[in-house]
Formats: sequence, structure tokens, C-alpha cells
Amino acid sequence: MPFQGFLGNALLAGSCIAVASGLIGYFVVLRVQVFAGDALSHVAFTGALAAAAAGLDLRVGLFAATVAVALALGIAGGARGPGAQADDVTIGMVFVWVLGLGVLFLDIFNTGASGANGTIAARTLFGSIFGLTGGEAQLAALIGVAIAIALLAIARPLLLASIDAPLALARGVPVRALGLAFLALLGLDAAEATQAVGALLLLGLLAAPAGTALRLTANPYRGLALSALIALLAMWVGLALADLIGTVPPGSAVILVAIACYCGVALWDGARVRVVRGVRSAAVDTIEG
Amino acid sequence: MNPHLTFNLVSDVHQLLAYQFMVNALQAAGIVAVTAAVVGWFMVVRAETFAGHTLSMMSFPGAAAAALAGLPLAWGYFAFCGVGALVIAGSSSRRGRPRSLGRQSAVVGMVGAGALAVGYLLLSLYGGVLESLETLLFGSIFGVTRGEVLTLAIVGVCAIAFLVVVGRPLLFASVDRSLAAAGGVPVGLLSAGFLFVLGLAVAATAQITGVLLVFALLLAPAAIARELTPRIGLGLALSVLLGLVIAWVGLGLSYFTNDPAGFFVTSIALALFAAARLARGGLAGGLRGRGAAGGRHGGGLHGLDAAGGRPDAHHGHAASLPHPAGGH
Repeated sequence: MPFQGFLGNALLAGSCIAVASGLIGYFVVLRVQVFAGDALSHVAFTGALAAAAAGLDLRVGLFAATVAVALALGIAGGARGPGAQADDVTIGMVFVWVLGLGVLFLDIFNTGASGANGTIAARTLFGSIFGLTGGEAQLAALIGVAIAIALLAIARPLLLASIDAPLALARGVPVRALGLAFLALLGLDAAEATQAVGALLLLGLLAAPAGTALRLTANPYRGLALSALIALLAMWVGLALADLIGTVPPGSAVILVAIACYCGVALWDGARVRVVRGVRSAAVDTIEG
Repeated sequence: MNPHLTFNLVSDVHQLLAYQFMVNALQAAGIVAVTAAVVGWFMVVRAETFAGHTLSMMSFPGAAAAALAGLPLAWGYFAFCGVGALVIAGSSSRRGRPRSLGRQSAVVGMVGAGALAVGYLLLSLYGGVLESLETLLFGSIFGVTRGEVLTLAIVGVCAIAFLVVVGRPLLFASVDRSLAAAGGVPVGLLSAGFLFVLGLAVAATAQITGVLLVFALLLAPAAIARELTPRIGLGLALSVLLGLVIAWVGLGLSYFTNDPAGFFVTSIALALFAAARLARGGLAGGLRGRGAAGGRHGGGLHGLDAAGGRPDAHHGHAASLPHPAGGH
């Protein structure tokens, strides 16, 4: 192990979380469920605070709350027909209420245990990957790997169901069950990534690598791999930056690196399109002239 | 004297108004509720819920940046929300052509997460106490001053005035983007303008309810109103009424129980929304079978075809909206 102590723990947990989020994120963007992912990340916040208010391990609340709400969203969407998703107004309403609950739990927790005020909210909202112990990091890594394997196992039918639900149905693919399973995985991932980058920043880890990969390739398997790779890269660079510059929080650094990747690719992409278009119009001019 | 909730409504209201801070809070909440309800109604019709939420995120780095620069927090709110609105507007349409839905929502999500990341970074550079983080995120409605109430009122009036002026073409563009563009409506400019106003309304609301709960007052009244009526004028009026009720009852309950206002506001909102949806589901199920449920797939535009076909003396513009081709 090249790194010992908190940085080693952070790298171990962070790498697995990044790969899982990169893979899940690709499907999140493909299925246009970014808003649902956003909502689940806020559920993670409430779940952790509920556990804190009740005096339980934060992770119990995290995983229980996110998976439960993910399944509820899936069922609400399923009621609208096979392959359908919950509309964004419903997602928004659920998510607003969950936040309200979070505020209540925060209040209960603050009045109950004075002293460590605020820290718990900041930890949950923005993550504290440098604070993971060895055992916590190993557990996080295991769960991350499990999420990645589970997603890869259903990747092929899920891809068909995401791109063409009627065709998938006609071929006997269980579209509804797949959608539910995917949302449950998304919930697990939200709870998992909350430990690294926090509930509020999680969306960046889901959306930015996937958005970058979708810009770079139309091939879904290459896209999945790229998305995971970019998330991993963002995690490593972000952690290194946060470690080198003490005032930069790791969660912020990881997300900002991921977004910088997207911006770089978008700029390059835009420039390339412009060059191609310029060459093409020049060619047309020569032919016509 | 501790306030006690009684069954005598008059004495309850008397207790509510006993302190100046509470009067300020109720006035501020009223202004915010009205503004957010009107802007939110357009937001729901245009199916820009996610963008609205992302804009509410923008006010967090705004506040953190202002704190770092030593400026009044309100400046930061308004500046960042306005800029954020323009970024989202710029990313969502390129040369008037909307992008693919997945990619666009990825960009919106990234803007939101990026805003929060920058905000947290700025906050940690500021080195402020973490207490202030909670205030930024969850608001402090009971600490509103007279001056802030005035600022809110001005912003609210401006936002509503804008919507009164552009409401008609904006609805046209929301219902049928390409037809409106063909009819000479500046679609891109309108949607950028609307997002900008949404940003301003969000910035104003964020100071009251906090960054995370802005969304409640923006979305809930409009969502409930759209469940109850497809008509434009009635829907707007209902939305405003519901916004006021939700905000004031939530504040009042918070005052009497000492639990956070945000919890009551969102709980009342969700309860009303669920009731409205169940009631409509029952009604629609009885009248038209499963066909009505299918209508929801069209996003936020379900009600407008009904409104478009029904002449309404008070809201003549509703009747002149085009019928979306083929419905859903």
C-alpha cells in the first residue's frame, strides 16, 4: 500500500465510490433521471440526520432512506405505465418534503446534543472522506464494488430498456423490474457517495463524468468505461489537490475537477465541430466554384 | 409569556402578531409566497422544475462569495442567481435549437453541483463558523428586518410585472415552441428572460426560507394548483392563494411549536399535493378511465389544451392560445 493512514483510506473508498458513481451516472444521464438522482442525494442528507437524531450509525439512516425513497419513486413512476418515470413535479414535491424533514431532524439533533452543532450537517452535506477510518473505508469500497458489479450484470437489458422501452417490452425484457432495480442501485450509490463528496455534491459525480463520456463517444460500452474512468480521475486529482492545499475541501475539489473535465471536452468538441464545418464548407465552395 | 395554540382563532392571530419580528416574518413570507407562486406556476407549465431547483442552489455560492468579499449577502444572492440563470439558458439552447434532453439535464445538474462545490470552497476559504452554513442553507425567516421586507417587495413587484408583460407570448412559447418561433415570437430571448426572473425570485426567496427550501414555495403551490384546474387565470389565482396559506400556516405552526418553519411548510405542501392528486385521480378515473392518466406524460402542458379550447371572459388570452397539435 503506497499510502497509509487517512489518505490511503480516502483513496481506497474514493476510487470504488467513483467507479460506481461513474457507471451509475452514465445510465442516469441516458435515462434522463438526473433530477431523481438529485432528489435521492437530498434524501441521503435527511436519512443521515434522522439516524443522528435517533442516535444510530449514520450509514444505517443513509442506506435505508435512499433505497426506500428510490423504490417509492420507481413505484410512483411505474403506476403511470411500464417504462414510465415519475414526473418531475412529483419528484420535486417528495424531495421538498424530505428536505423539510431533514431540517426538523437537524433541529431535534441540535437541541438534543449541543456542542458538535453544525459539524454533522456540514459532514453530511459536503462529505468528509478524509475522516473515514480503515474499517469504514473497506466497507465503503466493498459496497462500491458490489454496486458496480450489479450494474454491469444488468447493463445490457437496462441499456435496451433505457433506449427503446417498447422494443424491450416486446422482447420480453422486464422493463419495470429493471427500472426499479436501477433506482435501488442509484439509491445505494447516493448513500455510498454521500460519505465521500456529500449529499449536495453527489450530483456532480453522477452527471459530470457521464456527460463528458456522452460527448466523447456514442458507443454505450465505451461510454460506460469512459464515464467510470473520468470519475476515477476526478476523484484522484481532487483528493490530491485537497491534500496539497489544506483549505480546499475534498468534496469541492473532486466535483470541480469533474466539471473542469466536462468543460474542457465541451470546448474541444465545439472547436472540432467548427473546424470540421469550416473544412466542409471550404470543400463545398471549391467543388461548386 | 409562551405562545399557546388555542381553538380560538382570534386569540391565535393576536398572539402571532404580538411581536414585531413575527409581523416582519409574516409580511416577508406573504410577499415571497405570492412572487414564488406566480413565477412557480410558469416554471411548472414550462417543465423547468429542475432548472428552478438548480437556480436555488446558485444562491448558496452567492451568499458565500458575498461573505468572503465583505458585501451584503443579498448582492451575492441576486448576482449569482442571475448569472446562473443565464448560464442555464445559454447551455439549454444553441442557436435556438434545443439539445437532447439527457445531455441538457446533465448540464443543469452540473451547474448545480458546481455551484455548491464553489460555495463550500468559498465558505471554507472564508473560514466562517459552521452555524452560518446552516443559516445559509436553511434560512432565518424570524430574523428578517424592515429593510429586507422592502427589498423583497420591490423584487416581487418587478418579477410579477415582467410576467404580466410577457406572460402571453411566454405561454405561447411554452405550449408550442416551434409554432411560436414561426409566429415571430423571440423564443430564445423569452426563455432566457424567464429563467432570469426565476433566478431573481429564487434569490429573494432564498433569504427567507434558505437555499434548500426555496424550492418548496416555488413548486408546491403551482403543482397543487395545476392538479386542481387546467385554466390559466384560475390556476394562477389558486397558486397564489395556496402559496399564502402554506407559508402563513407553516410559519404560525412553527411559532407555536418551536419546530422549524421549513418542516411545516413542506409537510403542508406535500399533504395538499397528495390530496389534490388523489382527488383528481378519482375524478378523472370516474370520468374518462385510464385515458386521463396518459395525459400526464406530456410533462407540464397537460392542462393547457383544455384551457386553450375554453373561452374565458376574464382571461381572454387563455382562449387565444393555440391548440397543441394532436394533444398527447
